Amino acid sequence: MEVYFHSVTLDESKCKGCTNCIKKCPTEAIRVREGKARIIEQRCIDCGECIRTCPNHAKVAVTDSLEGLNRFRYRVALPAPSFYGQFKPEVSLGRILGALLELGFDTVYEVAWGAEAVSVAVQEFLARESGKRPLISSACPAVIRLMQVRFPTLLDHVIPVDSPMEAAAKMAKRAKVQELGLAEEEIGAFFITPCPAKVTAVKQPFGDNRTYVDGAISMSTVYGEVLKALPEAQDRYDLVQSTGLGIGWGYSGGENRAIYQGQKSRFSFLAVDGIHSVISLLEQMERGDDLKGIDYVEAQACIGGCIGGPLVPQNRFVSRVQLARIADTIGRPEEGIKREEFLGLWKEGLLDLKGEIRPRPVMSLDPDIRKAIAKLEQLEKTVEDLPGLDCGSCGSPNCRALAEDIVRGNALETDCVFKLRERVKELAEEMVELAQKLPPAMGK
Amino acid sequence: MSGNNKAFLELEFPVAAMDFVRAGRVASQIKRALEQAGMPAGVVRRAAIAAYEAEMNIVIHSHGGVMRARIAPSLVEIEAEDWGPGIPDIELAMQEGYSTAPREILEMGFGAGMGLPNMRKCADRLDIRSEVGKGTQVVVSIFNAEPLEARA
Ligand code: SF4
Ligand code: SF4
Repeated sequence: MEVYFHSVTLDESKCKGCTNCIKKCPTEAIRVREGKARIIEQRCIDCGECIRTCPNHAKVAVTDSLEGLNRFRYRVALPAPSFYGQFKPEVSLGRILGALLELGFDTVYEVAWGAEAVSVAVQEFLARESGKRPLISSACPAVIRLMQVRFPTLLDHVIPVDSPMEAAAKMAKRAKVQELGLAEEEIGAFFITPCPAKVTAVKQPFGDNRTYVDGAISMSTVYGEVLKALPEAQDRYDLVQSTGLGIGWGYSGGENRAIYQGQKSRFSFLAVDGIHSVISLLEQMERGDDLKGIDYVEAQACIGGCIGGPLVPQNRFVSRVQLARIADTIGRPEEGIKREEFLGLWKEGLLDLKGEIRPRPVMSLDPDIRKAIAKLEQLEKTVEDLPGLDCGSCGSPNCRALAEDIVRGNALETDCVFKLRERVKELAEEMVELAQKLPPAMGK
Repeated sequence: MSGNNKAFLELEFPVAAMDFVRAGRVASQIKRALEQAGMPAGVVRRAAIAAYEAEMNIVIHSHGGVMRARIAPSLVEIEAEDWGPGIPDIELAMQEGYSTAPREILEMGFGAGMGLPNMRKCADRLDIRSEVGKGTQVVVSIFNAEPLEARA
């Protein structure tokens, strides 16, 4: 069986087994067993919903540390656009990037810049390739993993254009190899991540893609360090390459806006955010609905987009305002020149998402279809017998999931507290009955 | 379950007329069951589309009905049975864009007359029986060409 890397893990010492997390998980990947939450690895998509839900902070995201920078001769920071929205209005973007250099980075290459390249590639792909519609953005890895697990038949809708993070890493490495004469291996590119899903995407890329990102560091960690460094930091506005369009990718709707820009309403776009909303949209597509002729779907697992990521320090509504302000006030370099450059990269294949994104079939009850059908029958019978309250006390997210766990051999019917009580009652009645029976020698 | 000789598993779901809020739920349940039964993705997808169209037909055109999914290793059948006006001219109803949906429903964006044609596209076999004034029964059959292939 394939081994999966996961950023999202459990801190056992903090977990109280309260079952709060099991219901929010979009792939029903969590069970509470022996008083502790367990994540079923094949199902987890690293969306981080459970990190948000857990009242005891027992769900954590494993990310790379800043120490990892030491492995490389030359270090590039790749800040996600959402990072810019974390600061007060009086802190200029140039100083934010300047502060990153104080943390041990040699330069900053904006993921927002990568996002602009990706926007051009998506425009071109939409214009040149007819065929599957709507196409789905590849930018949110939690959405792609969700599709691998729950919507395998829609995977061929994912646009074969790389994510802004990968685009930025590739472009940064190429630029620095040329500029400084370094070998690619000497350059370390570190993404400042708003979410665990991106960490997993770096450790275990989907498709046949190799990653150009060498580490993903939590935005919360970097934020703390940058705050400390800000007083000393220089204003490095010279490091700012992107325009408001790339920066806007940090919140929902921004991606579509950047792609739409070059296209003048020839295509129609839809933006959906929040994993549960994404699920209901994908369910609709799966029924054969083309969403009223929509060409492109920007889908993000977090509410509000990346500014709503589980590792983002600030309130998402506040950061949205901040990010929009920066996006609106930033200068606009020559539109035409940039477009030609990005187009060249796309034609060269540098912005392609390579390889097939394969399904992760985890739903089937048994590899042998006859046995699976038999187990399904047993499952249906078991569900009918359960109370249908979906209380979660058994440690499974709902009664149907418990029934599934029972037929898979991972749980018992008496794990249900109501079933257990019934059994105890039956037993008690039997005992009373037995107690009343006297041996013939003593009775009449 | 080894002593079970029944040729197929049948699941049954009631469908209420004009319940647009819950419409689609039966199709989702059927889809999930087929996934758990280990059906290949292509079969699941076609069955899910057919089930959704069938469910919508019951919701829009009838006084309510029932859906059944019959699952065997090499065959999936989706059956939709409703009580309602019936279809006077089945051939006409099979034409794309032909609709008898009332105006309010068309205005809601449903009932574009693609139900039966879409079901036919997904089906390896399609049987329709209808009696005017009584109801309609539609059976979509989808064959699974790789029933015994072991899947990881
Ligand atoms: S929410 Fe989940 S991880 Fe957190 S304490 Fe409760 S059971 Fe444990
Ligand atoms: S990260 Fe998401 S998919 Fe994984 S266990 Fe948590 S809620 Fe479930």
